[in-house]
Amino acid sequence: MAPDKYSGLCIAVTGLNANDNPGPGMAVIRSLKAGFGDGIKIIGLAYESLEPGIYMHDHVKKTYQLPYPTEGTKALLDRLTYIHQQENLDIIIPNFDSELFNFIKIAPQLQEMGISSFLPSHHQLTLRDKVHLKEFGSKNGFYVPADHKLFTADDVKKAADEFNFPMVIKGKFYEAYVVYTMDQALKSFNQLNASWGGPVIAQQYIKGTEINIAAIGDGKGNNISVVAMRKLYITDKGKAWAGVTIKDPEFIELANNFARVTNWKGGYEMEIMKNEEGNLYILEINPRFPAWIYLTVAAGHNQPVALVKMALGEEVIPYDDYEAGKLFIRYSWDHIADIKDFQQISVFGEF
Amino acid sequence: MKIKSNIATSENGFIFNPATGDSFSGNAMAAELLLAMKNGKPEEDIKKDILEKYDVSAEQLERDWDDWIVQLKEANLLEI
Repeated sequence: MAPDKYSGLCIAVTGLNANDNPGPGMAVIRSLKAGFGDGIKIIGLAYESLEPGIYMHDHVKKTYQLPYPTEGTKALLDRLTYIHQQENLDIIIPNFDSELFNFIKIAPQLQEMGISSFLPSHHQLTLRDKVHLKEFGSKNGFYVPADHKLFTADDVKKAADEFNFPMVIKGKFYEAYVVYTMDQALKSFNQLNASWGGPVIAQQYIKGTEINIAAIGDGKGNNISVVAMRKLYITDKGKAWAGVTIKDPEFIELANNFARVTNWKGGYEMEIMKNEEGNLYILEINPRFPAWIYLTVAAGHNQPVALVKMALGEEVIPYDDYEAGKLFIRYSWDHIADIKDFQQISVFGEF
Repeated sequence: MKIKSNIATSENGFIFNPATGDSFSGNAMAAELLLAMKNGKPEEDIKKDILEKYDVSAEQLERDWDDWIVQLKEANLLEI
Protein backbone atom coordinates (compact mmCIF):
# COMPACT_ATOMS: atom_id res chain seq x y z
CA MET A 1 0.00 0.00 0.00
CA ALA A 2 1.45 3.37 -0.96
CA PRO A 3 2.10 5.57 2.06
CA ASP A 4 0.35 8.47 0.29
CA LYS A 5 -3.00 6.78 0.83
CA TYR A 6 -2.73 7.57 4.51
CA SER A 7 -1.19 11.00 4.18
CA GLY A 8 -3.45 13.60 5.74
CA LEU A 9 -5.29 11.04 7.85
CA CYS A 10 -6.46 12.76 11.03
CA ILE A 11 -6.18 10.53 14.10
CA ALA A 12 -7.25 11.57 17.61
CA VAL A 13 -5.44 9.87 20.48
CA THR A 14 -5.93 9.92 24.26
CA GLY A 15 -3.42 8.95 26.96
CA LEU A 16 -0.90 11.78 26.51
CA ASN A 17 0.23 11.46 30.14
CA ALA A 18 3.79 10.38 29.41
CA ASN A 19 4.79 10.47 33.09
CA ASP A 20 6.17 7.87 35.53
CA ASN A 21 2.94 5.89 35.17
CA PRO A 22 2.49 6.56 31.48
CA GLY A 23 -0.59 6.30 29.34
CA PRO A 24 -0.03 4.63 25.98
CA GLY A 25 -0.89 7.70 23.85
CA MET A 26 2.59 8.96 22.98
CA ALA A 27 3.83 5.45 22.18
CA VAL A 28 0.77 4.91 19.95
CA ILE A 29 1.48 8.19 18.15
CA ARG A 30 5.14 7.28 17.68
CA SER A 31 4.08 3.94 16.21
CA LEU A 32 1.61 5.58 13.83
CA LYS A 33 4.22 8.05 12.59
CA ALA A 34 6.71 5.21 12.15
CA GLY A 35 4.18 3.37 10.00
CA PHE A 36 2.42 6.14 8.10
CA GLY A 37 5.06 8.88 8.09
CA ASP A 38 4.79 12.48 9.23
CA GLY A 39 1.96 13.21 6.75
CA ILE A 40 -0.71 12.10 9.22
CA LYS A 41 -2.30 14.67 11.52
CA ILE A 42 -2.37 13.74 15.21
CA ILE A 43 -4.92 15.41 17.46
CA GLY A 44 -4.39 14.95 21.17
CA LEU A 45 -7.28 14.42 23.59
CA ALA A 46 -6.39 15.18 27.20
CA TYR A 47 -8.05 15.32 30.61
CA GLU A 48 -5.38 17.20 32.56
CA SER A 49 -3.55 20.41 31.64
CA LEU A 50 -0.14 18.95 32.44
CA GLU A 51 -0.24 15.84 30.30
CA PRO A 52 3.18 16.15 28.62
CA GLY A 53 1.97 15.19 25.14
CA ILE A 54 -0.09 18.40 24.96
CA TYR A 55 3.15 20.38 24.71
CA MET A 56 5.00 18.06 22.32
CA HIS A 57 4.07 19.63 19.01
CA ASP A 58 6.53 17.51 17.06
CA HIS A 59 4.17 14.64 17.77
CA VAL A 60 0.78 16.23 18.45
CA LYS A 61 -0.52 19.00 16.20
CA LYS A 62 -3.17 20.24 18.60
CA THR A 63 -4.76 18.99 21.79
CA TYR A 64 -8.31 19.38 23.09
CA GLN A 65 -9.43 18.79 26.62
CA LEU A 66 -12.13 16.16 27.15
CA PRO A 67 -14.74 15.96 29.91
CA TYR A 68 -13.98 13.29 32.51
CA PRO A 69 -15.69 9.93 31.94
CA THR A 70 -17.95 10.53 34.96
CA GLU A 71 -19.62 13.39 33.04
CA GLY A 72 -21.19 10.80 30.75
CA THR A 73 -21.54 10.08 27.08
CA LYS A 74 -23.51 13.19 26.11
CA ALA A 75 -20.77 15.50 27.32
CA LEU A 76 -18.19 13.39 25.51
CA LEU A 77 -20.17 13.29 22.27
CA ASP A 78 -20.81 17.05 22.38
CA ARG A 79 -17.13 17.73 22.89
CA LEU A 80 -16.04 15.35 20.12
CA THR A 81 -18.61 16.88 17.76
CA TYR A 82 -17.01 20.27 18.35
CA ILE A 83 -13.49 18.87 17.87
CA HIS A 84 -14.60 17.11 14.69
CA GLN A 85 -15.94 20.41 13.33
CA GLN A 86 -12.52 21.98 13.88
CA GLU A 87 -10.29 19.10 12.76
CA ASN A 88 -12.32 16.69 10.61
CA LEU A 89 -11.27 13.56 12.48
CA ASP A 90 -10.96 10.24 10.65
CA ILE A 91 -10.18 7.91 13.54
CA ILE A 92 -10.20 7.93 17.34
CA ILE A 93 -7.94 5.71 19.45
CA PRO A 94 -8.90 5.82 23.15
CA ASN A 95 -6.14 4.54 25.42
CA PHE A 96 -7.56 4.62 28.96
CA ASP A 97 -9.48 1.75 30.57
CA SER A 98 -11.74 4.19 32.40
CA GLU A 99 -12.91 6.03 29.26
CA LEU A 100 -13.56 2.96 27.10
CA PHE A 101 -17.13 2.32 28.24
CA ASN A 102 -18.23 5.75 27.01
CA PHE A 103 -16.27 5.58 23.77
CA ILE A 104 -17.75 2.17 22.94
CA LYS A 105 -21.23 3.53 23.66
CA ILE A 106 -20.89 6.48 21.29
CA ALA A 107 -18.93 4.58 18.62
CA PRO A 108 -22.00 4.25 16.31
CA GLN A 109 -22.70 8.01 16.48
CA LEU A 110 -19.04 8.74 15.82
CA GLN A 111 -19.12 6.41 12.83
CA GLU A 112 -22.15 8.28 11.47
CA MET A 113 -20.12 11.47 11.77
CA GLY A 114 -17.34 9.81 9.78
CA ILE A 115 -15.06 8.99 12.70
CA SER A 116 -13.94 5.37 12.77
CA SER A 117 -12.70 3.35 15.72
CA PHE A 118 -11.80 -0.27 16.39
CA LEU A 119 -13.02 -1.12 19.86
CA PRO A 120 -14.20 -4.16 21.80
CA SER A 121 -17.89 -4.48 22.67
CA HIS A 122 -19.24 -3.74 26.14
CA HIS A 123 -19.65 -7.48 26.60
CA GLN A 124 -15.98 -8.12 25.76
CA LEU A 125 -14.96 -5.26 28.02
CA THR A 126 -16.87 -6.80 30.93
CA LEU A 127 -15.56 -10.35 30.40
CA ARG A 128 -11.96 -9.41 31.23
CA ASP A 129 -12.84 -6.91 33.92
CA LYS A 130 -10.85 -7.49 37.10
CA VAL A 131 -14.11 -8.19 38.91
CA HIS A 132 -14.99 -11.01 36.48
CA LEU A 133 -11.54 -12.28 35.49
CA LYS A 134 -11.50 -15.34 37.77
CA GLU A 135 -14.93 -16.43 36.56
CA PHE A 136 -13.83 -15.88 32.95
CA GLY A 137 -10.70 -17.98 33.51
CA SER A 138 -12.54 -20.85 35.18
CA LYS A 139 -15.10 -20.96 32.40
CA ASN A 140 -12.56 -20.95 29.59
CA GLY A 141 -9.69 -22.98 30.98
CA PHE A 142 -7.23 -20.18 31.81
CA TYR A 143 -5.16 -20.04 34.98
CA VAL A 144 -6.30 -16.97 36.94
CA PRO A 145 -5.37 -16.31 40.59
CA ALA A 146 -8.21 -16.63 43.10
CA ASP A 147 -9.73 -13.31 44.15
CA HIS A 148 -12.10 -11.61 46.57
CA LYS A 149 -14.19 -8.53 45.95
CA LEU A 150 -13.62 -6.07 48.76
CA PHE A 151 -16.34 -3.67 49.83
CA THR A 152 -15.54 -3.31 53.54
CA ALA A 153 -12.60 -3.73 55.93
CA ASP A 154 -14.16 -7.04 57.04
CA ASP A 155 -13.82 -8.32 53.46
CA VAL A 156 -10.10 -7.54 53.59
CA LYS A 157 -9.75 -9.70 56.69
CA LYS A 158 -11.66 -12.57 55.06
CA ALA A 159 -9.40 -12.38 52.00
CA ALA A 160 -6.28 -12.40 54.19
CA ASP A 161 -7.57 -15.47 56.04
CA GLU A 162 -7.91 -17.31 52.74
CA PHE A 163 -4.83 -16.10 50.83
CA ASN A 164 -2.41 -15.34 53.71
CA PHE A 165 0.36 -12.82 53.03
CA PRO A 166 1.61 -11.64 50.69
CA MET A 167 -1.51 -10.92 48.66
CA VAL A 168 -2.27 -8.32 46.01
CA ILE A 169 -4.73 -5.45 46.46
CA LYS A 170 -5.93 -3.97 43.18
CA GLY A 171 -7.89 -0.89 42.21
CA LYS A 172 -10.97 -1.27 40.02
CA PHE A 173 -9.25 0.43 37.07
CA TYR A 174 -5.62 1.04 37.97
CA GLU A 175 -2.92 0.42 40.57
CA ALA A 176 -2.02 -2.71 42.48
CA TYR A 177 -0.01 -3.27 45.64
CA VAL A 178 1.60 -6.39 47.04
CA VAL A 179 0.87 -6.28 50.78
CA TYR A 180 2.57 -8.22 53.56
CA THR A 181 0.58 -7.19 56.65
CA MET A 182 -3.02 -6.45 57.55
CA ASP A 183 -2.13 -2.78 58.11
CA GLN A 184 -0.76 -2.51 54.58
CA ALA A 185 -3.78 -4.35 53.20
CA LEU A 186 -6.26 -2.01 54.89
CA LYS A 187 -4.30 1.08 53.88
CA SER A 188 -4.19 -0.06 50.23
CA PHE A 189 -7.88 -0.97 50.31
CA ASN A 190 -8.86 2.47 51.63
CA GLN A 191 -6.63 4.30 49.18
CA LEU A 192 -7.78 2.36 46.11
CA ASN A 193 -11.42 2.56 47.16
CA ALA A 194 -11.11 6.35 47.42
CA SER A 195 -9.27 6.65 44.09
CA TRP A 196 -11.22 4.31 41.83
CA GLY A 197 -14.36 3.28 43.70
CA GLY A 198 -15.47 -0.21 44.57
CA PRO A 199 -15.09 -2.99 44.52
CA VAL A 200 -11.41 -3.18 45.29
CA ILE A 201 -10.01 -6.61 44.48
CA ALA A 202 -7.80 -8.86 46.60
CA GLN A 203 -5.91 -11.35 44.48
CA GLN A 204 -3.91 -14.43 45.44
CA TYR A 205 -0.18 -13.72 45.09
CA ILE A 206 1.51 -15.86 42.45
CA LYS A 207 5.28 -16.14 42.65
CA GLY A 208 7.07 -16.35 39.34
CA THR A 209 8.30 -14.46 36.30
CA GLU A 210 6.15 -11.61 35.04
CA ILE A 211 5.53 -11.46 31.32
CA ASN A 212 3.46 -8.97 29.36
CA ILE A 213 1.83 -9.60 26.01
CA ALA A 214 0.68 -6.88 23.60
CA ALA A 215 -1.78 -8.08 21.00
CA ILE A 216 -4.51 -6.95 18.64
CA GLY A 217 -7.60 -9.00 17.85
CA ASP A 218 -9.57 -8.74 14.61
CA GLY A 219 -12.97 -9.20 16.26
CA LYS A 220 -13.43 -12.57 14.53
CA GLY A 221 -11.47 -14.78 16.91
CA ASN A 222 -7.98 -14.15 15.54
CA ASN A 223 -5.00 -12.09 16.55
CA ILE A 224 -3.29 -9.90 13.98
CA SER A 225 -0.19 -9.67 16.14
CA VAL A 226 1.09 -11.01 19.46
CA VAL A 227 4.34 -9.74 20.99
CA ALA A 228 5.64 -10.76 24.44
CA MET A 229 7.90 -8.71 26.69
CA ARG A 230 9.66 -9.35 29.97
CA LYS A 231 10.17 -6.40 32.28
CA LEU A 232 13.82 -5.81 33.13
CA TYR A 233 13.42 -2.77 35.36
CA ILE A 234 10.29 -1.97 37.33
CA THR A 235 9.31 1.31 39.00
CA ASP A 236 7.85 1.43 42.49
CA LYS A 237 4.43 1.48 40.81
CA GLY A 238 5.24 -1.81 39.10
CA LYS A 239 5.56 -0.18 35.69
CA ALA A 240 8.19 -1.32 33.22
CA TRP A 241 11.03 1.17 32.83
CA ALA A 242 12.98 -1.27 30.68
CA GLY A 243 11.98 -4.49 28.98
CA VAL A 244 12.97 -6.98 26.30
CA THR A 245 10.93 -8.84 23.72
CA ILE A 246 10.82 -12.58 24.30
CA LYS A 247 9.41 -15.37 22.20
CA ASP A 248 7.86 -18.66 23.23
CA PRO A 249 5.04 -20.49 21.42
CA GLU A 250 3.10 -20.83 24.69
CA PHE A 251 2.66 -17.03 24.91
CA ILE A 252 1.27 -16.89 21.38
CA GLU A 253 -1.02 -19.82 22.13
CA LEU A 254 -2.34 -18.17 25.27
CA ALA A 255 -3.17 -14.92 23.46
CA ASN A 256 -4.67 -16.82 20.52
CA ASN A 257 -6.91 -18.77 22.91
CA PHE A 258 -8.04 -15.50 24.49
CA ALA A 259 -8.86 -13.98 21.09
CA ARG A 260 -10.68 -17.15 20.05
CA VAL A 261 -12.95 -17.39 23.10
CA THR A 262 -13.73 -13.66 23.23
CA ASN A 263 -13.59 -12.61 19.54
CA TRP A 264 -11.64 -9.67 20.91
CA LYS A 265 -11.69 -6.57 18.76
CA GLY A 266 -8.87 -4.07 19.18
CA GLY A 267 -5.64 -3.79 21.09
CA TYR A 268 -5.11 -5.43 24.47
CA GLU A 269 -2.41 -6.35 26.94
CA MET A 270 -2.19 -9.55 28.98
CA GLU A 271 -0.26 -9.42 32.25
CA ILE A 272 1.02 -12.92 32.94
CA MET A 273 2.85 -14.61 35.79
CA LYS A 274 4.66 -17.83 34.92
CA ASN A 275 4.98 -19.86 38.13
CA GLU A 276 7.62 -22.44 39.00
CA GLU A 277 5.52 -25.22 37.48
CA GLY A 278 5.44 -23.31 34.21
CA ASN A 279 1.73 -22.44 34.38
CA LEU A 280 0.80 -19.09 32.84
CA TYR A 281 -1.47 -17.21 35.25
CA ILE A 282 -3.39 -14.27 33.80
CA LEU A 283 -3.13 -11.45 36.35
CA GLU A 284 -4.92 -8.86 34.26
CA ILE A 285 -6.14 -8.15 30.75
CA ASN A 286 -6.04 -4.48 29.82
CA PRO A 287 -8.49 -3.55 27.05
CA ARG A 288 -6.11 -1.27 25.15
CA PHE A 289 -2.52 -1.03 24.00
CA PRO A 290 0.16 -0.87 26.72
CA ALA A 291 2.49 2.10 27.18
CA TRP A 292 5.36 -0.02 25.80
CA ILE A 293 3.55 -0.59 22.48
CA TYR A 294 6.35 1.03 20.46
CA LEU A 295 8.51 -1.98 21.36
CA THR A 296 6.23 -4.10 19.14
CA VAL A 297 7.14 -1.80 16.24
CA ALA A 298 10.84 -2.24 17.01
CA ALA A 299 10.30 -6.02 17.01
CA GLY A 300 8.64 -5.89 13.59
CA HIS A 301 4.90 -5.64 14.35
CA ASN A 302 3.22 -2.24 14.14
CA GLN A 303 0.05 -2.95 16.08
CA PRO A 304 -1.32 0.64 16.12
CA VAL A 305 -0.97 0.81 12.32
CA ALA A 306 -2.83 -2.50 12.02
CA LEU A 307 -5.59 -1.07 14.24
CA VAL A 308 -5.97 2.04 12.06
CA LYS A 309 -6.18 -0.05 8.88
CA MET A 310 -8.85 -2.29 10.40
CA ALA A 311 -10.73 0.77 11.66
CA LEU A 312 -10.78 1.94 8.04
CA GLY A 313 -12.31 -1.39 7.03
CA GLU A 314 -9.21 -2.86 5.44
CA GLU A 315 -8.29 -6.53 5.61
CA VAL A 316 -5.04 -6.86 7.49
CA ILE A 317 -2.85 -9.92 7.05
CA PRO A 318 -1.72 -11.23 10.45
CA TYR A 319 1.90 -10.55 11.27
CA ASP A 320 4.15 -13.58 11.34
CA ASP A 321 7.38 -13.74 13.30
CA TYR A 322 8.89 -10.98 15.43
CA GLU A 323 12.33 -10.33 16.78
CA ALA A 324 13.19 -11.44 20.31
CA GLY A 325 15.87 -9.47 22.13
CA LYS A 326 14.62 -5.96 21.25
CA LEU A 327 15.07 -3.78 24.30
CA PHE A 328 13.41 -0.59 25.44
CA ILE A 329 14.78 1.72 28.10
CA ARG A 330 12.46 4.53 29.11
CA TYR A 331 13.96 7.87 30.10
CA SER A 332 12.97 11.21 31.58
CA TRP A 333 13.27 14.47 29.68
CA ASP A 334 12.48 17.99 30.83
CA HIS A 335 10.39 19.41 28.02
CA ILE A 336 10.28 23.20 28.08
CA ALA A 337 7.07 25.13 27.45
CA ASP A 338 5.79 28.61 28.28
CA ILE A 339 3.26 29.53 30.93
CA LYS A 340 1.16 30.95 28.07
CA ASP A 341 0.89 27.41 26.68
CA PHE A 342 -0.34 26.14 30.03
CA GLN A 343 -2.77 29.05 30.21
CA GLN A 344 -4.09 28.26 26.74
CA ILE A 345 -4.98 24.64 27.54
CA SER A 346 -6.16 25.44 31.08
CA VAL A 347 -8.47 28.35 30.16
CA PHE A 348 -9.62 27.46 26.65
CA GLY A 349 -9.31 23.68 26.75
CA GLU A 350 -7.35 23.52 23.53
CA PHE A 351 -3.76 24.12 22.54
CA MET B 1 24.01 -32.38 27.06
CA LYS B 2 22.71 -29.97 24.42
CA ILE B 3 22.30 -26.24 24.65
CA LYS B 4 18.77 -25.18 23.68
CA SER B 5 18.73 -24.34 20.01
CA ASN B 6 17.15 -20.91 20.49
CA ILE B 7 19.78 -19.66 22.96
CA ALA B 8 21.76 -16.75 21.54
CA THR B 9 25.44 -16.60 22.43
CA SER B 10 28.15 -14.16 21.46
CA GLU B 11 31.90 -14.47 21.15
CA ASN B 12 32.39 -12.34 24.26
CA GLY B 13 30.41 -14.73 26.46
CA PHE B 14 27.04 -12.95 26.57
CA ILE B 15 24.10 -15.37 26.63
CA PHE B 16 20.45 -14.48 25.94
CA ASN B 17 17.50 -16.80 26.32
CA PRO B 18 14.82 -15.39 23.97
CA ALA B 19 12.08 -17.50 25.56
CA THR B 20 12.54 -16.11 29.06
CA GLY B 21 14.46 -12.85 28.62
CA ASP B 22 17.21 -14.10 30.93
CA SER B 23 20.71 -12.92 30.08
CA PHE B 24 24.09 -13.94 31.48
CA SER B 25 27.64 -12.76 31.15
CA GLY B 26 30.20 -15.54 30.93
CA ASN B 27 34.00 -15.35 30.80
CA ALA B 28 36.18 -16.32 27.84
CA MET B 29 36.16 -19.98 28.89
CA ALA B 30 32.36 -20.01 29.06
CA ALA B 31 32.19 -18.44 25.60
CA GLU B 32 34.49 -21.12 24.21
CA LEU B 33 32.52 -23.96 25.79
CA LEU B 34 29.16 -22.59 24.70
CA LEU B 35 30.33 -22.17 21.14
CA ALA B 36 31.58 -25.74 21.04
CA MET B 37 28.36 -27.09 22.58
CA LYS B 38 26.17 -25.03 20.26
CA ASN B 39 28.11 -26.38 17.30
CA GLY B 40 27.22 -29.88 18.46
CA LYS B 41 30.73 -30.91 19.44
CA PRO B 42 30.60 -34.07 21.59
CA GLU B 43 31.35 -33.69 25.30
CA GLU B 44 34.36 -35.98 25.11
CA ASP B 45 35.93 -33.95 22.29
CA ILE B 46 35.43 -30.69 24.19
CA LYS B 47 37.10 -32.15 27.25
CA LYS B 48 39.95 -33.50 25.14
CA ASP B 49 40.54 -30.06 23.63
CA ILE B 50 40.62 -28.48 27.09
CA LEU B 51 43.12 -31.04 28.39
CA GLU B 52 45.37 -30.35 25.42
CA LYS B 53 45.07 -26.60 25.57
CA TYR B 54 45.11 -25.88 29.31
CA ASP B 55 47.18 -26.97 32.27
CA VAL B 56 44.48 -28.95 34.08
CA SER B 57 44.23 -32.52 35.34
CA ALA B 58 41.53 -34.87 34.07
CA GLU B 59 40.08 -35.16 37.60
CA GLN B 60 39.86 -31.39 38.03
CA LEU B 61 38.29 -31.04 34.59
CA GLU B 62 35.61 -33.60 35.47
CA ARG B 63 34.71 -31.70 38.64
CA ASP B 64 34.63 -28.37 36.79
CA TRP B 65 32.58 -29.86 33.98
CA ASP B 66 29.98 -31.13 36.44
CA ASP B 67 29.78 -27.64 37.99
CA TRP B 68 29.42 -26.13 34.53
CA ILE B 69 26.52 -28.43 33.65
CA VAL B 70 24.79 -27.65 36.96
CA GLN B 71 25.08 -23.94 36.19
CA LEU B 72 23.66 -24.44 32.70
CA LYS B 73 20.76 -26.44 34.11
CA GLU B 74 20.03 -23.82 36.76
CA ALA B 75 20.07 -21.16 34.08
CA ASN B 76 17.57 -23.20 32.07
CA LEU B 77 19.85 -23.28 29.04
CA LEU B 78 19.93 -27.04 28.41
CA GLU B 79 17.52 -29.15 26.40
CA ILE B 80 15.51 -31.32 28.79
